Amino acid sequence: MSSFRNLVGALMLGAATILGAAPAQAAGPAITLPDTRFSFEGFFGVYDRGSLQRGFQVYKEVCSACHAMRQLSYRNLLEIGLTEAQVRAIAATFQVVDGPNDQGEMFERPARLSDRFRRPFANEQAARAANNGAYPPDLSVMVKARLNGADYMHALLTGYRDPPAGFQLMDGMNYNAYFPGHQIAMPNVLNPGQVEYADRTEATVDQMARDVTTFMAWAAEPEAEKRRAMGIRIILFLIILGGLTYAVKRKVWADVKH
Amino acid sequence: MAIGLHDSTISNPVIRWVDQRLPIFTMMQKEYGTFPTPRNFNYFWNFGALAMVTLMIMIATGIFLAMNYTPHTSYAFDSVERIMRDVNYGWLIRYVHMNGASMFFIVVYIHIWRGLYYGSYKAPRELLWILGVVIFLLMMATAFMGYVLPWGQMSFWGATVITNLFSAFPIVGEHIVTWLWGGFSVDNPTLNRFFSLHYLMPFVIAGVVFLHVAALHITGSNNPLGIDPKGPQDTLPFHPYYTAKDSVGLVVYFIVFAFLVFFTPNMLGHPDNYIPANPLVTPAHIVPEWYFLPFYAVLRAVPDKLGGVLLMFGSIAVLFILPWLDTSPVRSMRFRPIAKWALFLWGIAFVVLGWAGGKPAEQPYVLISQIATAYYFAYFLIILPLLGRLERPLALPESIALPVLRGGGPLPAGAMAKPMEKA
Repeated sequence: MSSFRNLVGALMLGAATILGAAPAQAAGPAITLPDTRFSFEGFFGVYDRGSLQRGFQVYKEVCSACHAMRQLSYRNLLEIGLTEAQVRAIAATFQVVDGPNDQGEMFERPARLSDRFRRPFANEQAARAANNGAYPPDLSVMVKARLNGADYMHALLTGYRDPPAGFQLMDGMNYNAYFPGHQIAMPNVLNPGQVEYADRTEATVDQMARDVTTFMAWAAEPEAEKRRAMGIRIILFLIILGGLTYAVKRKVWADVKH
Repeated sequence: MAIGLHDSTISNPVIRWVDQRLPIFTMMQKEYGTFPTPRNFNYFWNFGALAMVTLMIMIATGIFLAMNYTPHTSYAFDSVERIMRDVNYGWLIRYVHMNGASMFFIVVYIHIWRGLYYGSYKAPRELLWILGVVIFLLMMATAFMGYVLPWGQMSFWGATVITNLFSAFPIVGEHIVTWLWGGFSVDNPTLNRFFSLHYLMPFVIAGVVFLHVAALHITGSNNPLGIDPKGPQDTLPFHPYYTAKDSVGLVVYFIVFAFLVFFTPNMLGHPDNYIPANPLVTPAHIVPEWYFLPFYAVLRAVPDKLGGVLLMFGSIAVLFILPWLDTSPVRSMRFRPIAKWALFLWGIAFVVLGWAGGKPAEQPYVLISQIATAYYFAYFLIILPLLGRLERPLALPESIALPVLRGGGPLPAGAMAKPMEKA
């Protein structure tokens, strides 16, 4: 028995080490993020396909003016419930640079399924020049690149406020309740009715933020649904295997006093 | 038997033919079949086997990752994302490898704790213990270089901070750092060599693990009582008894591992490592992976850079001489009423260091780190040497079998005979 207690003790020490190791966050007064409920949370969470498609629309019509998603290709949109014809049509609305051709010239052509999402700026310098010196970051893995990424993105997009009295806002910056330091270069881009949803969902700021966050969460972890489904099957298998293994061990040790 | 052939007892003619010329089957039978193993192991004795399995998992997944990874500052980050998206089951292979590193350290920390608690480092197992510390050091180097490969913000800045530690050494320091980097900052040459070494080191670890196991099979295993087996009534053949018991532990281990991989694959990582490395933007807090935090806290507990570096290396180095620091002949802490609590306190100090290592380098965390660091060293350098002389250990049982078999009589008839049949 005492050995069992020791084992439990050691495991708890280990767990405490891990929990204690939760990455230290930015200094200054901690900002508490509101906990937003998303369809893709939990063991059985799946991405709401309607929300994904609406979120893509928000990205395409609003965010993509400044933010790239260079890890994504148009073919990936097949996974959010769009048909191949729809995705081909979406891709064809973008002109991408290809080449060189037989004359050694680069040329533009409509995008195909295999093309990466077109980037709004040719390079970081062009992006900064167009954005008052600020660089709109790539959004491909943004949800994984922030602590509680989905909650953070939703809070950020709905967190634009008038600065409190006495707050020194720098030139060209905007006040956001959830951005570290509260000064963000990105202006508030979501206003009620900013996009017109094809499925007639009302485009409130909260709805658009929720949809585009869902889209970004999928973009960051497109494997998440498959991963969780596989995990449930593997853990169930292991529990059964564990029971059998323990029974075998008991049988083997049955004639040994210990 | 022809002259020069091994005297094989195996009856299958084909295997016998091989075994006479290359007795690997006889060896396996001796080392993993009939190998006499103390009968009183608890589940702490699973963790060596678990570490071995984890090493194999890491090498297997790593080889497939290397097929798809590009060690170049411009492509490394994107090649990892390509593995996650476009390589068949690439996400699975990468998450197993990434969380496998954490699982490896969890297992090895428990394995080391087992050694500390039951005195497995004492004579005659000093060299076995030292080889274990060598493996631990190699693991730390391997894990550190592996974390650099995705070329995220923490990769870059972690590499910068840790390699810069060597600059603390007078005169040669700066030269060592330039030599490690292959240039004047962490850059493409650094990434290239870290990738090369990260691929090499696991095989070096495997070699030292072989020596570790070879040494173990000379001295035999320690056990929870810390006393030597006196005869066959104290031991059991490794197979099937401990193959069965290790299998139970292995499945439980896989459940924990699977939970991490499939449901919280990024919990033990740092979100900043999904931001591509940028030498012009320093993260607010640069923290190493969780398993380095106790040593990181020791480093930061000292106000002087060189002192901190020396103390951090010292916190590992002290483990090498532990067999000679502990002067008590009693191995198991079960029979050491004072040392037991001193060791539990050491365990708490280690966890506290891990916690403080993840906090910013400011008060009160620095003071807490200093107190915990002081105790970490005091345990090894003051408490253990003194307690061996001052402490009065409890009476040791006469044999391993005695406490379970009243009177220490012979085993029930079947216990020794049956396993041989099964084997």
